[in-house]
Amino acid sequence: MSNPRTMQIQEISAHPGPVPGRDTRREDAVCKYIDVTTCIGCKACEVACVEWNDHPFRETVFDNTYQTMPSTEWNYWNLIRFAEHERDGNFMWLMRKDQCMHCEDPGCLRACPADGAIIKYENGIVDFQQENCIGCGYCISGCPFDIPKFNPQTKKVFKCTLCSDRVGQGLEPACIKACPTGCLHFGTKSDMVQIAGLRVSQLKAESGFANAGLYDPQSIGGTHVIYVLHDSSQPELYGLPAHPVIPPTYTVWKWLAKPTGLFMAMLGVLAVFFHRLKVGPKWPQPIDGGPRTQPERDEI
Amino acid sequence: MTNGWIDIKNTDMMLIMGGNPAENHPCGFKWPIEAKLKRNAKMIVVDPRFTRTAATADLFLQIRAGSDIAFLGGLINYAIANNRIAKDYLINYTNAAFVVKEGFKLPDDGLFSGFDGKEGYATDTWNYEQGGNLGPAVPSSGSNSTSSTGDHVKAGNEPQTNFEKKSPQVSSKPSAAPEKGQSSAGGVMSSQTGGGHQAAGGPGASGQGGQRPTPMLPPNTAYDLSLTHERCVFQLLKKQYSRYTPEMVERITGIPKDQFLKAAELFTSIRKDGNMKKAATIIYAVGWTQHTTGTQIIRTAAILQLLLGNVGRAGGGVNALRGHSNIQGATDMGGVFDIFPGYLKIPAPSDIDLATFLKRATPTPSKPDAWDSYNYWSNTPKFMVSFLKAMYGEAAKKDNDWAFHYLPKIDRKYSWTEMWDFMYAGKVKGLFAFGMNGVAIGPNSRKNIEALKKADWLVVCDIYPEETSDFWQAPGTTKEDMRKINTTVFRLPGAGFAEKDGTFVNSARWLQWKYAAVPPPGQAKLDQEILAKIFLKVRDLYTAEGGKFPDPIINLWWPYTVPGNPSLAEVAKEINGRALADLTDEQMFPGQMIKLGQQLPGFAWLRDDGTTACGNWLYSGSWTEAGALSQRRGTDDPSGLGVYPNWAWSWPANRRVMYNRASCDLSGKPWDQERRQVWWNANDKKWVGNDVPDFKADSDPQDHMGPFIMNPEGVGRIFAPLAAFADGPLPEHYEPMESPVANPLHPNQSTNPVAKRYSSDADKFGTVDQGYNVICTTYRLTEHYHYWTKNNPMNVELVPEPFVEIPAQLADRLGLRGGEQVKVSSARGEYIAKAMVTRRIKPMMIDGKETFQIGIPIHWGYRGIQEDAGKTARTPANLLSPAAIDPNAYTPEFKGFLVKIEKIETL
Repeated sequence: MSNPRTMQIQEISAHPGPVPGRDTRREDAVCKYIDVTTCIGCKACEVACVEWNDHPFRETVFDNTYQTMPSTEWNYWNLIRFAEHERDGNFMWLMRKDQCMHCEDPGCLRACPADGAIIKYENGIVDFQQENCIGCGYCISGCPFDIPKFNPQTKKVFKCTLCSDRVGQGLEPACIKACPTGCLHFGTKSDMVQIAGLRVSQLKAESGFANAGLYDPQSIGGTHVIYVLHDSSQPELYGLPAHPVIPPTYTVWKWLAKPTGLFMAMLGVLAVFFHRLKVGPKWPQPIDGGPRTQPERDEI
Repeated sequence: MTNGWIDIKNTDMMLIMGGNPAENHPCGFKWPIEAKLKRNAKMIVVDPRFTRTAATADLFLQIRAGSDIAFLGGLINYAIANNRIAKDYLINYTNAAFVVKEGFKLPDDGLFSGFDGKEGYATDTWNYEQGGNLGPAVPSSGSNSTSSTGDHVKAGNEPQTNFEKKSPQVSSKPSAAPEKGQSSAGGVMSSQTGGGHQAAGGPGASGQGGQRPTPMLPPNTAYDLSLTHERCVFQLLKKQYSRYTPEMVERITGIPKDQFLKAAELFTSIRKDGNMKKAATIIYAVGWTQHTTGTQIIRTAAILQLLLGNVGRAGGGVNALRGHSNIQGATDMGGVFDIFPGYLKIPAPSDIDLATFLKRATPTPSKPDAWDSYNYWSNTPKFMVSFLKAMYGEAAKKDNDWAFHYLPKIDRKYSWTEMWDFMYAGKVKGLFAFGMNGVAIGPNSRKNIEALKKADWLVVCDIYPEETSDFWQAPGTTKEDMRKINTTVFRLPGAGFAEKDGTFVNSARWLQWKYAAVPPPGQAKLDQEILAKIFLKVRDLYTAEGGKFPDPIINLWWPYTVPGNPSLAEVAKEINGRALADLTDEQMFPGQMIKLGQQLPGFAWLRDDGTTACGNWLYSGSWTEAGALSQRRGTDDPSGLGVYPNWAWSWPANRRVMYNRASCDLSGKPWDQERRQVWWNANDKKWVGNDVPDFKADSDPQDHMGPFIMNPEGVGRIFAPLAAFADGPLPEHYEPMESPVANPLHPNQSTNPVAKRYSSDADKFGTVDQGYNVICTTYRLTEHYHYWTKNNPMNVELVPEPFVEIPAQLADRLGLRGGEQVKVSSARGEYIAKAMVTRRIKPMMIDGKETFQIGIPIHWGYRGIQEDAGKTARTPANLLSPAAIDPNAYTPEFKGFLVKIEKIETL
């Protein structure tokens, strides 16, 4: 459904001649929808993620919470975050599924200096290619959501792939498949935004959540994982940044320093070239003022 | 469940109480969510702590563990006071109009009439008056409405309601046992509640031997359709719960009055102005059953639902969520000491022959004479004889009373706790423990551990070494102690659930066949193979050596192809039942014939003449000549109500919502046309619908047959007469056996007077004066399953260690921070774990006293990944819980007992 290559039109039945619309794609941007208002924190998504990705078990310790561990890990990409919160005298127990947000403008990718270590598909999935990863960890500091995690054994960084392997075969991600209440959905971005809109209206009209809203931060061009929140005016309650941004150093690196450097380097190369044209090669000077000799041309 | 999981999506209002479905039934919880998303249904959650269910609720109330009757009684009081009741339903489908005997006394002082101390209650006054219409406005043309048995009200003499709706014509025909009922599914209509072994009414509902003369229900009950007679059930109900004022509810439950009123207003809002369109459901689990008043809590919920007209309707009902994949099946198949499969009673020693037993166990109709009653349990002889034929085959003959004398007779309550008490007393010498972990289950696990030390032998069949098989290394057992233990322990390697085929029966009563995924590993064997091999060996011994009474063993019918390893398909077919002769029934099934040896199409074909064999009449129809209906996976749902009639098979007779006749008004028209389940088709003169009608298919509404066909009254029991319940015909709030306060309603009779306690030296109870001043409740987590997932790394990763949930305010007083070690002590034992300090449990004011509750998840013990690695204190939670027993269901009080709590140094 979502792998850009598989969804390109290649042939059309009973159609003579060239294929019209060849290489055009259906709706390509995918999206994971998470309704935290109907999440029950059952952790089925956590288990499905560990099992689909064949992650090894890790030892955990009790930490005064139902949360499995303090944050996602290199081998634990999907974590329900539990937060206790008091609202208008009413107690709320917030449960949010935390994982890679698959940003439209991915900070990890911006920050990554390794050729081909992070790729973004046409459908919006941001995927790490560990064979190209140099383990520098820039992606970790480039992420506004603290998602990529370093594996000290392999010296590589890992994170949620949005099950690009499953999605490429037309399947939903493992976490979606496992969700018992249906608080998770998967589909095209426009469909998911529409479902979210309906749910938000319902929360406002029927459940008294006047500030209910959608979390799809435009500061990073939107995300391919969107949340419906009881109170979207305070995403911090759920451990989400209100205005996630890529750290400016990486923006500067990407949009200023890197092109400028490249331009300067190009200039240098050009300068060398024109200097050669204009001045010609530098010949070795006679040491003792003897007669000037012309070297063999082949030797250059 | 009276309804089913999927049906919850049809509701407008949910009261989730005594259960935590989001955590313990997460897959089923999609339906409450569906109701919220699709119908804007409201969800009220009442629990001792803010659970993951509460996190999705519209309204959450924190209640004191063990005070549920007070809350529900308060709702009844509110509904009556604000006239939010279903009047037509109440008068015609419940016993609200029945008049109760003179001399019956409500428990103003904590005792109903008839209490005689040692023996419990004499139930003579817990009965209906005889004598027809006692109401004021009787348009009677004669005197025969008060005539005695045998006379019948003539047409036109029908009782009128004082309400605007017309009352149906009452026929003059006798309300005899069913003879010609017929259903579209080929089975006579019938149904039965999950705990129905008490439901058949009549005397001696238990196997108590019957020392007392057993009073009978009157055949021609007195009634007052105006509901004004001072002894009519409605007036008694009103009086009983008028004491449960919002102020009293606050004192007992700790729920502030304004919050209670908010919940009461919201829940009863579905019956605003008497409009019958909407439906509310009540969803519960063992948070209700595990009290000394457990059965009566559920009764209160049932009364509330009858009062609001919610039973039998899509989106309504009283819905028990079963805590195991097949606990419903275990109950249906007689996994309780006092019932046989299909909720047939187990005979008592006084039942000297089959006729005596059947006379006692088969109820006769008891109702206003003018009304009709199906009284489906009148078929008990057919079910019983067919059961005996399935048990003993050829050896069950007419001239030996169908081998009735082979059956065990029970002379006392051989309940779970009783069994351990007997072992503790040295009377039970050995135990087979299959599919359960008796030590960890408790209650009062220390007593169970000590009991096993006194046994001669123990056989444990499990997939892991566990607390029961390893009782000899329970914490606190020294090497010296171990040397003194002479119990021989046999450990048999069982098979896991994915290694077995067979059926699971879920909470919605569906029999669903499952297939084995992998064979059992190594030497592990299927349960049926282990049991069959033991049985065959025992039978050989009896055959060779004789014995006191070898006949039941030697003659047990064992017709399986591989006797040492019966296939479950064969067993399932045997349970369904088959014909032992060519059968015809021209009256009910004209033109049809079941040939000798064929599978029966349903329980309507069962006979009491030995020509049918059936292991469980309720399951008859599950494996017919058409094959295993439990294996069906049809996903058609033509009505959109989530009936899915071709998915698996639901007992009884594949109907999905029980008592569904009550979803229609008196004339047979659905209360809500958009959720039509069944209805009366006047042209064809029969009941039809989207579901299988739970009713006599050709019973004209004019005949006024009651929708609750399993009761001899035909109507729902607000007042439960005679010995149906040991502790009263109407529920009353009693304090838990260990309580921080005296009962505010009647301090001199604080606890349930007939709750069972044991008197061994291991059975101790604590009081506030002794320092046990904190209420403790126990429960399960989503992340674990009872006592065996502690052996599975994934589950251990999710929640690694035992913990105790402690309110932040209490933790402050104890100088305790999250993650620090605490010791929780009851009068019976100690539990050591880390503290989870939380704001999800708040301090409560109980009868003016500040009271704290704590919660303990039960999943750990002394065998498991963390336990074996020495990383936990290895104390099972049920070392704390008391063996205080509900007198009806014999369930221990795992919720709401007293403890004290202190901070200790880390291990």
